Amino acid sequence: MSKKTLIVIGNGMVGHHFLEQFATSPAAKEYEVVVFGEEKQLAYDRVHLSEYFSGSTHADLAMGTADWYADNHITLKLGEPVLAIDRDRKTVTTPASDYPYDELVLATGSYPFVPPIEGNDNERCFVYRTLDDLDAIRASANDARTGVVVGGGLLGLEAANALKSLGLEAHVVEFAPRLMPVQLDTDGGAVLRGKIEELGVRVHTEKATTAIVDGETARLRMNFSDGEFLETDLIVFSAGIRPQDTLARESGLEVGERGGIVVNNQCTTSDPHIHAIGECALWNQRIFGLVAPGYTMARTLSAVLNGDRDAAFTGADMSTKLKLLGVDVGSIGDAHGQTAGARNIRYNDEQAGHYRRMVVSSDGKKLLGAILVGDNSYYDTLLQYALNGIDLPENAESLILPESQGGAPALGADALPDTASICSCHNVTKGDICGAIDAGCSDLGGIKVETKASTGCGGCAALLKNVVDSELEKRGVEVSKDICEHFPYSRQELFHLVKVNGIRTFRTLISQYGKGHGCDICKPTVGSILATCWNEHILATDHVPLQDTNDTFMANMQKNGTYSIVPRIPGGEITPEKLIVLGQVAKEYDLYTKITGGQRVDLFGATLSQLPEIWEKLIAAGFETGHAYGKSLRTVKSCVGSTWCRYGVQDSVGMAIFLENRYKGLRAPHKVKMAVSGCTRECAEAQSKDIGVIATENGWNLYVCGNGGMRPRHADLFATDLSDEELIRTIDRVLMFYVRTADRLQRTSVWMENLEGGLDYLKEVVLEDSLGIGAELEEHMEGIVGTYQCEWKAAVEDPEKRKRFREFVNAPEKADPVQQWTTERDQRRPALESA
Amino acid sequence: MKARTRWDAVCTVEDLVPESGIAVWTENGPVAVFYLPHRLPALFAISHTDPFSGANVLARGITGDLKGEPIVASPLYKQHFSLRTGVCLEDDTVSVKTYPVLLDGNRIRLEVQATQQQPQAA
Repeated sequence: MSKKTLIVIGNGMVGHHFLEQFATSPAAKEYEVVVFGEEKQLAYDRVHLSEYFSGSTHADLAMGTADWYADNHITLKLGEPVLAIDRDRKTVTTPASDYPYDELVLATGSYPFVPPIEGNDNERCFVYRTLDDLDAIRASANDARTGVVVGGGLLGLEAANALKSLGLEAHVVEFAPRLMPVQLDTDGGAVLRGKIEELGVRVHTEKATTAIVDGETARLRMNFSDGEFLETDLIVFSAGIRPQDTLARESGLEVGERGGIVVNNQCTTSDPHIHAIGECALWNQRIFGLVAPGYTMARTLSAVLNGDRDAAFTGADMSTKLKLLGVDVGSIGDAHGQTAGARNIRYNDEQAGHYRRMVVSSDGKKLLGAILVGDNSYYDTLLQYALNGIDLPENAESLILPESQGGAPALGADALPDTASICSCHNVTKGDICGAIDAGCSDLGGIKVETKASTGCGGCAALLKNVVDSELEKRGVEVSKDICEHFPYSRQELFHLVKVNGIRTFRTLISQYGKGHGCDICKPTVGSILATCWNEHILATDHVPLQDTNDTFMANMQKNGTYSIVPRIPGGEITPEKLIVLGQVAKEYDLYTKITGGQRVDLFGATLSQLPEIWEKLIAAGFETGHAYGKSLRTVKSCVGSTWCRYGVQDSVGMAIFLENRYKGLRAPHKVKMAVSGCTRECAEAQSKDIGVIATENGWNLYVCGNGGMRPRHADLFATDLSDEELIRTIDRVLMFYVRTADRLQRTSVWMENLEGGLDYLKEVVLEDSLGIGAELEEHMEGIVGTYQCEWKAAVEDPEKRKRFREFVNAPEKADPVQQWTTERDQRRPALESA
Repeated sequence: MKARTRWDAVCTVEDLVPESGIAVWTENGPVAVFYLPHRLPALFAISHTDPFSGANVLARGITGDLKGEPIVASPLYKQHFSLRTGVCLEDDTVSVKTYPVLLDGNRIRLEVQATQQQPQAA
């Protein structure tokens, strides 16, 4: 049987998404697929178009590759516009030829609307839609100083951002009385305007342009209907989109009064063999100008072509969350409160530039819509309430209040309905997860494999774990705290077993208290516990196989199998002589060199066999290992302090160096970071660290359990005006209590939040010695400090340990063939792209 | 043409690290040799190349067992590979090549494909 032909016109985001869906479906075997694109490039991500000006290339924005099309047997004809459709003969015509089709998909998208203004055809007037448009704007911006965007909507503000990143003074001219009139209300628009003007973008509202003429101080002048004018060197129109329906119109398909190809729930047009998806399609008198509804149409159509009779597009949620010029903006559901009887709850902090509005039903029970400006951290919870029709809590206003004023924390796992989306990358709902559990999955790992949840960007990992734990508990499954299948114990329990029984090797522990041979979860955990308890060299024969590669080779593995090296630079203080040595070593081994956030220097690209040689040189110059590879103290960051600074009240560098030298090498459940600031100006950012110290006139204030990273948390004030001795003693106790009782890979913040009694309990234990273990904790720490050894020094001096650093044990001279290099900004980097 | 194999000596017992892996160079490319003294058999050899990253790193992974299957965890992205079959436990469509390995006196030998082609008649 010869194959049928499916032709797709348009290679934008939606067209590409359709092909991705269709190519992997059963029906793909029945069709030859041919794609026509007007633009020269493959489909690319228009949502992130402005990044093209801040350094992204077409390749960064591309959705697929030519190889992908080839692998899926899709014929791609770019730069070949379709000129006409002959519905009787079922062919399409291009400048090159006529092509027959059996099924035709129109994914022609939209075109920018240019208001009918005299002079809008000036060579310095542009639209903002394609990479070609952007190239033209960029060329024109070379000799321009100012740029105006006509249109203050979503795309207009994106365009303004683009002009700003091209170095132009950017203006936005909007016809409506506020910015983003579709998504925002008057107050929200005002807050957004304030924020954007702070960023240096000038906003002009209620301006109707009547003509564009030659300017006096700039190339162009825009005349407004109120008699005012604005001079500028270039103009970008971003005043909305219109569906690209010309082909459909000319071939006699039904189109809407104001444009758009009319489609039914199956995304099929008035001709049963022609379909339309994305911004060119008019469904139920509506055009959907966002990418997500277009994707939904694409999935629907793919199902329809596979004979799925139930597949239907039934509208789409138009809620959006975005960052415009760095400002959070969110709009959910009925944002303008157009539902009858709708009531509003508003929070407006003009000082901070935060505006939040909830639109609730007349009985106050349901959330109908919301507007957010300035802080989108409230968006996810509000969206869950609105989309799932969850009953609002009694004090609904707490959902938009700041936490310090009694705001509610995020929605608990239990409150989410089955339809709640947990993983948006793989579209996994809470119901899917419950289904997997009911089908026999009984742990997080199994659920990840079964549902793919949390295997995309991973941002939902914590939420997923909450849902899984809560669902397992509901089903009476005891949530296992076992660290893995080899030990029926938590990390804390293992710690006690090791300590109490004086166990010094993994083999002894697993033969007495576990089963099997261990794995990559329990081995490093036990390795860390053994190091904390007995502080033996981590490359001692028994300990080598317990460590992650970074610990084993005392360096950080990079994507091509080479390592990076971070020598310790306590407190960030370094002599010029030592700095020169770092430069010399980096130069000799051609190491990519970068300053880290922790006030030290990272040297990348060393091969396994180079590591001991490099460290020999560093050690000779007085360097020690920086433990950047370990779950241990990283750095103690400091500001310059009272020895130089006009404002410093204590010697912060001196204290930082003391702390770094005291706690270096301490093995912990996770990495530990510290900082010391010399005054309350807090230049060392101590409040974002596990241990933060800020100088006062009378001594030191101690903050604990802060962190940066994915879920930043400010440290809590723990004790004030401590003397040097009191400070050290307190930190000794906090750290050692953490090391002994925290779970595997638990930062201090999560550890403290999980302590029953939290911060107050920790204060009792540490400051008031409520458990009577204060002296023991200090003694334990003293022992570790006393037995510190630089692991690298011990390693380079021991020929047996050095043997581990051979790349290939039978071919010492052989270079790893996959380590290919290229040069970027005058330094070497891996050319390996397969990662 | 019939594929020919050879048992090449790649290292000695002293080169091995108990409960861990080392890398050797063979005519077939880099191979990771693991020595798990508490199992029988105790020697395993698989390709040193991590299929997910393309980097030559598998010998530097942590070894152990999962549900009784001897495994190594890739040090880069942490997938587990069976040391017996080379199959990835997280994605059974991915696997690494395994090599027969034996102890010959003090020497470790691997069975590798001979890449030297036999002279062919014109």
